[in-house]
Amino acid sequence: MPRFLNESGDSIPAFSLYLSLNFIFMGSIIDIPDFRLSPVVDQVGIEERISRFTARSIKKASKVQALKLTLTMIDLTTLEGKDTIGKVKQMCYKAAHLCDQLAGIPTVAAVCVYPTHVRTAKKSLEGTGIKVASVATAFPSGNSTRNIKIEDTKYAVAEGADEVDMVISRGEFLEGNYNFVFDEIAAIKEACGKARLKVILETGELSTLDNVRRASDIAIYAGADFIKTSTGKISPAATMPVTLVMLQAIKDYYSKTGIMIGMKPAGGISTAKLAINYLVMLHETLGQKWLSNEWFRFGASSLANDVLMQLGKETHGVYQSKDYFSND
Amino acid sequence: MSKIKENNPEYFTDWKYAPSPESKDHIRLQNRYELFINGKFVKPNSKKYFDTINPATEEKIAEIAEANEKDVDLAVTAAKNAYDKVWKKMPGKERAKYIYRIARMIQEKARELAVIETMDGGKAIRESRDIDVPLAANHFFYYAGWADKLEYAFPNRKPQSLGVAGQIIPWNFPLLMAAWKIAPALATGNTVVLKPAETTSLTALKLAEIIQESGLPEGVVNIVTGFGNTGAAIVNHANVNKVAFTGSTDVGKIIQKAIAGTNKKLTLELGGKAANIVFEDAPLDQAVEGIINGIFFNQGHVCCAGSRLLVQEGVAEILIRKLKDRMETLIVGDPLDKNTDIGAINSKEQLSKINEYIKIGTNEGAEIFQPSCSLPKKGFFCKPTLFLNTSQSHRVVQEEIFGPVLAVQTFRTVEEAIEKANNIPFGLSAGIWTDKGSKIFNMTSKMRAGVVWANTYNKFDPTSPFGGYKESGFGREGGLHGLAAYLNF
Repeated sequence: MPRFLNESGDSIPAFSLYLSLNFIFMGSIIDIPDFRLSPVVDQVGIEERISRFTARSIKKASKVQALKLTLTMIDLTTLEGKDTIGKVKQMCYKAAHLCDQLAGIPTVAAVCVYPTHVRTAKKSLEGTGIKVASVATAFPSGNSTRNIKIEDTKYAVAEGADEVDMVISRGEFLEGNYNFVFDEIAAIKEACGKARLKVILETGELSTLDNVRRASDIAIYAGADFIKTSTGKISPAATMPVTLVMLQAIKDYYSKTGIMIGMKPAGGISTAKLAINYLVMLHETLGQKWLSNEWFRFGASSLANDVLMQLGKETHGVYQSKDYFSND
Repeated sequence: MSKIKENNPEYFTDWKYAPSPESKDHIRLQNRYELFINGKFVKPNSKKYFDTINPATEEKIAEIAEANEKDVDLAVTAAKNAYDKVWKKMPGKERAKYIYRIARMIQEKARELAVIETMDGGKAIRESRDIDVPLAANHFFYYAGWADKLEYAFPNRKPQSLGVAGQIIPWNFPLLMAAWKIAPALATGNTVVLKPAETTSLTALKLAEIIQESGLPEGVVNIVTGFGNTGAAIVNHANVNKVAFTGSTDVGKIIQKAIAGTNKKLTLELGGKAANIVFEDAPLDQAVEGIINGIFFNQGHVCCAGSRLLVQEGVAEILIRKLKDRMETLIVGDPLDKNTDIGAINSKEQLSKINEYIKIGTNEGAEIFQPSCSLPKKGFFCKPTLFLNTSQSHRVVQEEIFGPVLAVQTFRTVEEAIEKANNIPFGLSAGIWTDKGSKIFNMTSKMRAGVVWANTYNKFDPTSPFGGYKESGFGREGGLHGLAAYLNF
């Protein structure tokens, strides 16, 4: 559903939202805050909170549940210049058949590809229930014109993308042009139509947690269905501190409006243990409601096999060699 | 998405952390513990023993010897002899070797000490494992370093040891308080008679075993167990040159009266009722975390606990909502479980005192909030508790509860915050939460409190002095200041 409706239900352009400083969602008015006044973040405090998450001891049934949940939350990703139809098809097969040797293994949530590979992915995944996500908006730098970004998005959606992963204009953000960033996200949201929009903040380029919080607020208020940490092309990619700040932005928005926003940490989460740490953080920050692939995703290419290895150990009692788990 | 969910509904049902209890197979405990006097474990002249129980299960763990006046006399005499004949004359660098050895042995036995600390006192294993035991070792390491450098710590002041230090410690940090007391006393060349609290003697006695094994000369450290009478015997013994007490303000006053007119040196570390002050420009989510750590750390059995929350009115509503949400995620239960956030209340007596205050607060008309968590059927447990809409005149604001109970007040201006924070007979600690550095420095210089934390709370380090103003006591422990308390100049 388009987020920006006036009282008679017509879509209204983003700049006029700005003039009125509020918009209507399901009949209620939501104030757009002044993003220069986004809540401040204390890095030391964030790290201390995270040390509590990572100290949680997740064992037995709770571990198995977390591992399987992790698999269902993965956006299996290939975003390389050398991607081909063959590569995308192989990855799609893997997405639906993570490890047929083990019983009760779910599929991943989605595959994530460039717009030109959406059609291939869509066809390969027919009937599996696995979504196709496409990056768009001049990914990964986002340095292009508004029109080209909108066209890029429309193309991906027309090709069959269920979800669009856009990048924000970090340059404009760092220059303080928050209106520009807001309007761009709102415009892409409109171009998405029914596709869900994930907004990549590229936190590795934002430098401070205060900036991460501010960018999260802008993305959420501008119409993001998900906020996402990283493209995977910049180091550092997803980290727990950055993700916690974003989860807190989601929580504050939910407390204020009752609207749920999804979260996708992407890049650098390659072990089951780390994934479980993220789930603990999600669980204790946003609660059980978010523990589902509708509201949380891992953008990852190598995480699945490590999780499978852990699940294999639960079945066989011993760790199997890496070669028991297929790489696609 | 829905397809995965339909096929696998079990992944999406309530995710609960399975029990993850710390193993206690590896610990060695005796059924009965004797007094540690002159390097040996000896039977008490009183012939009496008392039980120490696990407050989480109410089961007996061991029985502990009760020292009477004669036992205390033996201990003080042993300490005096060790002081006169050995310890006073030993060069600082030789003393340091023993102190280092004790520190290393604490580290080697860290896991066993942590489990016993949790069993005997009720605190969550996460805390005894990550805070109490490592910090105890760090205190010994830190003061070992000073033992041969006292001349440099106090240049041109000719520091001299005092003699026998009588030390009485509380039940909230049994091993850590023993370390706070023993390490600086040994480093400065004094000998020790230490009495742990009657509900938590075990880790002090395990420390006695470590001290015995370390080869520390006999009599340098003596550990006598018992109740208030035992403590009184130490305080009143003529050959005790220094009394160091950590505990309640009431007992502190009795001790101060008892030693009036003697030349015993005294340090008292007593109660507190610290204000944790949150300004509207503070990082609120992190402030919430600091408030949680401030009051629920060690079930609130912390003399410097941030037991009063002062929040600026502009953010009071949002902060309290966040605080309540966070409290819902706290796990209260088996202290040995690695996921437990809040363990057992130390004793039945303390639990009834806390419950009494909860009743007082409710009767005073303060609005109570407790999360929906369930408590174990057996053992002494208390839900984390907020009292909202309190004023300075409420008893739950003025008096030390020493439990997981936080009184919340609001304020409008900086001046009002300072006034409220200081308007209390105690002055041990305070917390300031703001994004503005200048506000931090303004506030810290105006707090009548020994320790002021900014944008954090309950942080301890051996290098940092700790102690109070007003009825929170006098003298400092930790850091360079902690040495001075055991020296004459």
